[in-house]
Amino acid sequence: MSALPTNYLTPTGREETWRFTPLKRIAGLHDPATSVADRISISLVGANRPGFKVETSPANELPPKSATDDAVTQRIRASVSKVTHLVIEKESVIQEPIFLKRSAGSEKEFSRTVITAGAHSKATVVVENEGSATIGEEIEIRVDSGANLTFISLQEWSANSVHLGRHHAIVGRDASFNSITITVGGSLVRLLPTVEYSDQGGSAELLGLYFATGGQHLEHRVHVEHGIPNGKSRVTYKGILAGAEARTIWIGDVFIRGNAEGTDTYELNKNLLLTDGARADSVPNLEIETGQIVGAGHASTTGRFDDEQLFYLMSRGIAMADARRLVIRGFFGEIVSKIGIESVEERLMTRIDNQLAKVGE
Amino acid sequence: MSKLVIKNLHVGVETESGITEILRGVDLTINSGEVHAIMGPNGSGKSTLAYSIAGHPKYTITSGSVTLDGADVLEMSVDERAKAGLFLAMQYPVEVPGVSVANFLRTAATALRGEAPKVRTWVGEVKDAMSKLAMDPAFSERSVNEGFSGGEKKRHEILQMELLKPKIAILDETDSGLDVDALRIVSEGVNRVKAEQNLGIMLITHYTRILRYIKPDFVHVFAGGKIVEEGGPELADRLEEKGYAEYVKA
Ligand SMILES: Nc1ncnc2c1ncn2[C@@H]1O[C@H](COP(=O)(O)OP(=O)(O)OP(=O)(O)O)[C@@H](O)[C@H]1O
Ligand SMILES: [Mg+2]
Repeated sequence: MSALPTNYLTPTGREETWRFTPLKRIAGLHDPATSVADRISISLVGANRPGFKVETSPANELPPKSATDDAVTQRIRASVSKVTHLVIEKESVIQEPIFLKRSAGSEKEFSRTVITAGAHSKATVVVENEGSATIGEEIEIRVDSGANLTFISLQEWSANSVHLGRHHAIVGRDASFNSITITVGGSLVRLLPTVEYSDQGGSAELLGLYFATGGQHLEHRVHVEHGIPNGKSRVTYKGILAGAEARTIWIGDVFIRGNAEGTDTYELNKNLLLTDGARADSVPNLEIETGQIVGAGHASTTGRFDDEQLFYLMSRGIAMADARRLVIRGFFGEIVSKIGIESVEERLMTRIDNQLAKVGE
Repeated sequence: MSKLVIKNLHVGVETESGITEILRGVDLTINSGEVHAIMGPNGSGKSTLAYSIAGHPKYTITSGSVTLDGADVLEMSVDERAKAGLFLAMQYPVEVPGVSVANFLRTAATALRGEAPKVRTWVGEVKDAMSKLAMDPAFSERSVNEGFSGGEKKRHEILQMELLKPKIAILDETDSGLDVDALRIVSEGVNRVKAEQNLGIMLITHYTRILRYIKPDFVHVFAGGKIVEEGGPELADRLEEKGYAEYVKA
């Protein structure tokens, strides 16, 4: 256990970035007065294979490469003594996905992970979060020039978990970062999927899916920082809410700075409300400081079932309940099917089906 | 033999100022094996008639009746109408993202047949029906109607009709947006189902060109929310030549 210095401000809940988050429910992870365990909670499933390895480094030997004003991330950085480092060697093409599994303890804990995708490498990394935890974590993903990394983060927590996380990608020259963030479990999950570009020609695709049932607070604050010319980003997040007090927040900050000419970006958030009493906030925010761009757009929809879709399906003999199920599964399936790992896709769809059955869908 | 009977049907849509009437007393009877062409100006209520029979929730039936072989269609839910043997090929088919055509067709067939079709024969059945409509088998894996061209959507409607084998079909401008070849292919599809099922057809169209492939037994002129004239195939030619001016009050 370590008590922490307080050289940064503790959120009060009035800040723009914290105004949606019920601070009472985050177990003091934002508060320097809370003591937090310093242990490694993430590990490789199976052994190192040719082309990549997981190692543990002293934190001072692997300092962060990105700046953040997130108070929890700052606390994490100040507090952890060791960092888990997944190194994908340059030019190696790893066919089978690399699974990292979280096994959290019963204490409150912090975790820092760095993933380095070496130049011209190609790999898929899956981070699986299950069980009970109260955790603050940062994953910094360095996608070096010409590399192609798919990063899949699965939040399949049990009902009491609290998870605050920053997943930050630094996309290098002509590199591709494809991420899929799935959040279906946990009492309170607040994730910061963020992207910056370190050189020209980088491309990022951020896909996300969240499903909140009664009492869950699921918050995703996407931030794409186009500070370099000729970057591309595509953001698509979809959410379903069902049950009293189901709560989701989606923020999509995309900034195109004055020098980021040739930027091409589009962000989309769609929420489907299945019942009364659920609430989805969706705040796309596109700021453009140069006119010399390829394209920039955003869209956000939050609504009930599309009557036209249900009518179409039912007009072919499909009963109302089955039509609803098809539409919901289709809504999820659009994102889940992008994972491309059959066992994971099936597990998620089964979990979603079970959650739907509980809310009477 | 099946018989769809529409009697004195009045239908409206809810607007801020109450119910706006669109259909003003439609009478029409369609028997198995008959083709009834319905032609009329834009906005006259043709699609409203089609949707009302299929049970679209947007429309309110204010009076009149629709029966299929004596059963009250207006009392049925939308899926029950399909199960009773009604099919609507829509003017604007709806996109359903994330639901594959294969999954959709199988779910619909399961619902209509009361049991899941046998996998082996079903896959062949779908392939066969697709190839007859000159549809690429790759459509099976695509989301329902999503990104389909206008003509592809219409073929997909007729594909469903072939597989679901209704008794009475309403084709709402199925010919619009089809090129010459597609028009022929789609018309042949309709005629196949007609021959196999002794299908009764309500064919809503603006053009006589489809009537050269699908021969109407009756032509009805639709204006101002009702049928204002009836005749044989020759009436269609007259409409194409002269337009609807004589039926639309200034
Ligand atoms: N929600 C609504 N409120 C008011 N009027 C409506 C509403 N929905 C439909 N209408 C009107 O009902 C009328 C009939 O429309 P319908 O689509 O049935 O015409 P149609 O004969 O199929 O035309 P087209 O040949 O262009 O397909 C139109 O004038 C239309 O504007
Ligand atoms: Mg119409």
